[in-house]
This record gives sequence, C-alpha cells and structure tokens, in this order.
Amino acid sequence: MDRKKFINNSGRLVLLGGLAYLTGSIIYQRKVSASGKYVWQIDPFKCTQCGRCATECVRDLSAVKCVHAYSLCGYCDLCGGYFKPNTHKLNTGAESQLCPTGALNRKFVEEPFFQYTIDEKLCNGCAKCVKGCGSFGNGSLHLQIRHDLCQNCNECSISRMCPSNAISRVPIETAYLIKGDFKKPAVSTPK
Amino acid sequence: MKWLKIILFLLPLTLAFHNLDAQQRFPKPEFHTHYTQPTPTTPEPRGVGMEFFDVLVLLVVLSLTSWFAIRKRSRNGILLLTVFSAIYFGFYRNGCICTVGSIQNVALALADPKYVISLYALLFFLLPLIFSLFFGRVFCGAACPLGAIQDLLIFNPITIPAWLRKTLGFIPYLYLGLAVLYAATGTEFIICRYDPFIGIYRMNGPHLMIYLGIAFLLMGLFIARPYCRFFCPYGAILNVFSRFSRRHLSVFPTKCIQCKLCTTSCPFEAIDFPDEEKSKPDTKTNSRKFILYLALIPVLMLAGAWIGSKSHVFLSKAHPDVYLAELLISHPELKTDSKNIDIQTFLASGKSLETLVAEAQVIRDKFKTGSWILGAFLGLVIGLMAMNQVIFRRREDYQANKGNCYSCARCLDYCPVE
Repeated sequence: MDRKKFINNSGRLVLLGGLAYLTGSIIYQRKVSASGKYVWQIDPFKCTQCGRCATECVRDLSAVKCVHAYSLCGYCDLCGGYFKPNTHKLNTGAESQLCPTGALNRKFVEEPFFQYTIDEKLCNGCAKCVKGCGSFGNGSLHLQIRHDLCQNCNECSISRMCPSNAISRVPIETAYLIKGDFKKPAVSTPK
Repeated sequence: MKWLKIILFLLPLTLAFHNLDAQQRFPKPEFHTHYTQPTPTTPEPRGVGMEFFDVLVLLVVLSLTSWFAIRKRSRNGILLLTVFSAIYFGFYRNGCICTVGSIQNVALALADPKYVISLYALLFFLLPLIFSLFFGRVFCGAACPLGAIQDLLIFNPITIPAWLRKTLGFIPYLYLGLAVLYAATGTEFIICRYDPFIGIYRMNGPHLMIYLGIAFLLMGLFIARPYCRFFCPYGAILNVFSRFSRRHLSVFPTKCIQCKLCTTSCPFEAIDFPDEEKSKPDTKTNSRKFILYLALIPVLMLAGAWIGSKSHVFLSKAHPDVYLAELLISHPELKTDSKNIDIQTFLASGKSLETLVAEAQVIRDKFKTGSWILGAFLGLVIGLMAMNQVIFRRREDYQANKGNCYSCARCLDYCPVE
C-alpha cells in the first residue's frame, strides 16, 4: 500500500469513527427519537398577545391564527373579542369591530347568545380579539399555529421573537394545544 | 338588554380579584334551540412517514448521483437529478428540514439536555457525510436543493483568482463555527435564518430573505454557486470529508492525454492542473516552511482561543435573555417605556431581575466555553489552510480537486478519451 492510499484510508477511518462516536453519543444519551416528529405550538396560557405572531412568521400571512375553543365560550352578546371596548352599537358594523381584517364572524344563535367563528383566510394572527376575550370574557379565543399553513421551519422565526417564550416544539402526537383540551399546567415551580 | 350589558361590563371587574383559573366568568349557556356546538378544526401536520420517505428519496438521489458521476459518467443524468432535487426538496418540500440546517439540530441535541432530535433529521445530517467518504461530494452535485437552484442558473461564470478563492474559503468555517455555537447555546439557528433560497422555494417569505435569494442568484449567473463555495457551512464539512473519499469522480475515464480540453469546463475552478517540472519547489526551504507552519498551528489556536474568550460577551448578546438583562441593567429607565414589548412582558411576568440576570449569566458562561473553542477551531483552520499551501503533491494529470469538486460532471463531456 502506498503512502497516499494509507493516508486516505486512515483519514476515512478516523472520520467514520468520528461520525460513529457522534451518533453513538446522541443515541446513548437518548437524544434521538426514531418515530418522533416535533411541531411548533403556542402555549395559550403563556401567550401575552404581543402581536408579533402577525409580523414575525416567515409567511406573508402568518400561520398563526385565532382558534376558538367553543367549549369555553360564553356566547356573549357583548363580546370583548368582537367589539371595540367603547362601542355603543352591538351590531356587525365595521366601525364597531375590533378585528382589523373582519375575520371574526358573529352569528345569532338564540336570545341572548351569539356564536363567533373565525375566517382563517382573513385572520392575520394579530391577537387583538384574543386580548379582548381574555380581558373581558372567558378567554376562549386564543392563538395557535395551524399545521396546514405552518412550514414547520427548523427554528420557528416567531419563537425567537416571542417575549414570553410561549412557542415551543411539541411531539406530533399532541399536535395542537387547544384550550379546553389543553389545560393550564399545574402551578409551575416557584422561581 | 341594557341591564345585561351593564352586568357584562361589571362582571369582569368583580371577578378579576378571584382566582381566574377556578371558574369561567360566563358560564356556558344552555341552548334551547337545536344548536350544535362546533369543535375547533385541527388540520394535521405532515406525518412522520412522509419525513422518512424524504430520507429514502435522499438516499436514492445520492446513490444515483454517485452512479452517474463515477460509473456511468453522465452529466445529463446528474442534470436530471438536479432538476428533480430542486423540484422535490425545494418547491415541493419547501426546504425544512434540510441537510445544511441539520448541523444545528445535531449541535443542539448534543448540548441541550432537553432537546430530542428526530431520527430523520439525524439521517439527513449523516447520509451525505457517509456518501462523501466513499464517493465525494455527490450531495452537492445533485441532492442539495440550495445547490441545485444555483447550479441551474449558472450563465457565464468568471474565473476567480486563486488567492481570493482561498481567502474567501475561510468564511464557511467561520459560519459553521458560529452556527454550532449559537445552536448549542440555544440562541438561534443562524443557518436557517439567513438561508437565502428558502424564500424563493416557498415563493413566500420576509422581504429580506427574498432579496437575499435574488441577489445570490444574480451573483450566481457570473460567480458559479456563490453560496456553496463561500458560505455553506455544511460544504465546509463535506470539503474535509471528501478529501478522504474512497472513490471520486474522475475527469478522464482511463488515462489523461493532457489535451487541456477540460480546463475551462469547470465553473468552480475545481480542476487541478498538473504541476510543471520547473515549478517543483526547493525541498529544503519547503520542508523548513512546513515545520514552521506546523509549529504555528498551536500558536494560532492559542491566539484564536484568546480572541474567542475575549469576544464571548459580544457574541452572547445575540441571546434574547442576555440582551434583555443587559438592556435592563444599562438602561433602567426603559422600564417605563410602554412600547418595548420585551421589557413590558418581562415586568408583567413577575420574574425578578435577579432571576433574569442569573439565567443570563448561565448562558454567558456557556458562551465563554463555546467562544474559546470556536476561536481555537478557527485558529486550527487558518493554520491548516496555511500549511496546505506548502504541501507539495505531485500531479501529472488534470484531475478534480477532491475537496472542492461538487461532482456535477460538467467536465466529463469535455474529455475526449473513450
């Protein structure tokens, strides 16, 4: 075996060994999940409705949309998420709506209840309604990352800017953290 | 109706003082009509099975590229695979997760005790490296979507002088080091953030990302594959690995007849020319230089480590917690700035400044360790690059440089040898 070939072979062996060591240590520390996939979700209880979801997503119209946990909704006539705080007329006029894009729809169910649904094509994830609902209502409106729109970027560009660190990777088995099903975790450890 | 409104307005005020979690402000109504309550829709994310299918596709593309480059010697085959990769990994899969970015997932998995890497992400990282050890940089040749889009848009490549090429060749190592440092400290994934072509593949994205992509593609018309050659951090690893490849694309099939037809074929200047007889350097001065450079490597590494550890404070400012803690200490008056979302959120969270500073200190300590390692690594790279200049390898043929060749197989069509 000539010198060149020897260097070539031993170099390859060293690099292969390095890769094996790297992979081995990841496997040994149980840092790899064979059947797992992780997707981005917002913890609705950590979210502070700062409005960055509307602007920081890599998509033009954010993959974060308002989600309505109907099971928590009070079906209020005076909806804190639908109406501007000081509006006088409780009608569907644009001037009295809080939503800047008119994505929140109000439908009469029965006296005195109204159902609110979200038009995801219009929603930009600005969280104005979420803030209103959280301040004056049950907090049934909340933001969530929608997986039909989310590109599942390697690192979510909103999570980097989220002031309350509400966005994190969750296992694909629990792909949605939706209020109602997803409960606020028990009182976190005192800081 | 009016009293209802008043109550609705007053209720939150009275309830605000109670435990908000215990009960809803407004009880769920009991409907008398036939109203069925809708449930929130939850569109499913892309399944794990599809991700493993992508790994399979990558494996097939890598195998086919190796076969086309080494056995079949077909540029057309590789061109076809390049188009396929641009369409499949680029336009269809929209990029994430890609091999280049997977460096950061691996780094984070090694450094962060809580982060778990998915197997397919690990495979995306490992497969091209393993292939490069046996067949050269076939991943760059046809499987990488970032390379594919640049490769397809090479129009009239100019020659870049060797000194400039070699100097700029340092950037990928710097980029790699920084990317690993920032990923391992949990700061951010800079490779993904500044990925120039993902916005083009998605045909959607922040303006800066799109402009950066277009700028790179326009540059790529004349400077072939600018991102691959002068920025790609994964390319830096592949460059090293490919030098030790078992087999590699060869410009000539059997024997080089020194016809020089291939010299202009490579847009990346990755073909090494045979050395002229008279250019053979004086062995004595050369070996003296070699020893000098060899002795210089530890010095460079020490210097790098020193500079690195000095710059850890600066580097750590990229981490949002460190940045916020510094901002609050240096500008306490900003606490009253209602427009600063980060500060207001922090103040509202009830966390004390001491806790934040302590957390930031932990992160900064990680940076302290990481920065000197980064510095030493970069010192080593500079040292090895300098040493490479004085290592004399006898070459009699026109042959592809194993480190820089992307196995795109353009040169093969130029070789007249059957």
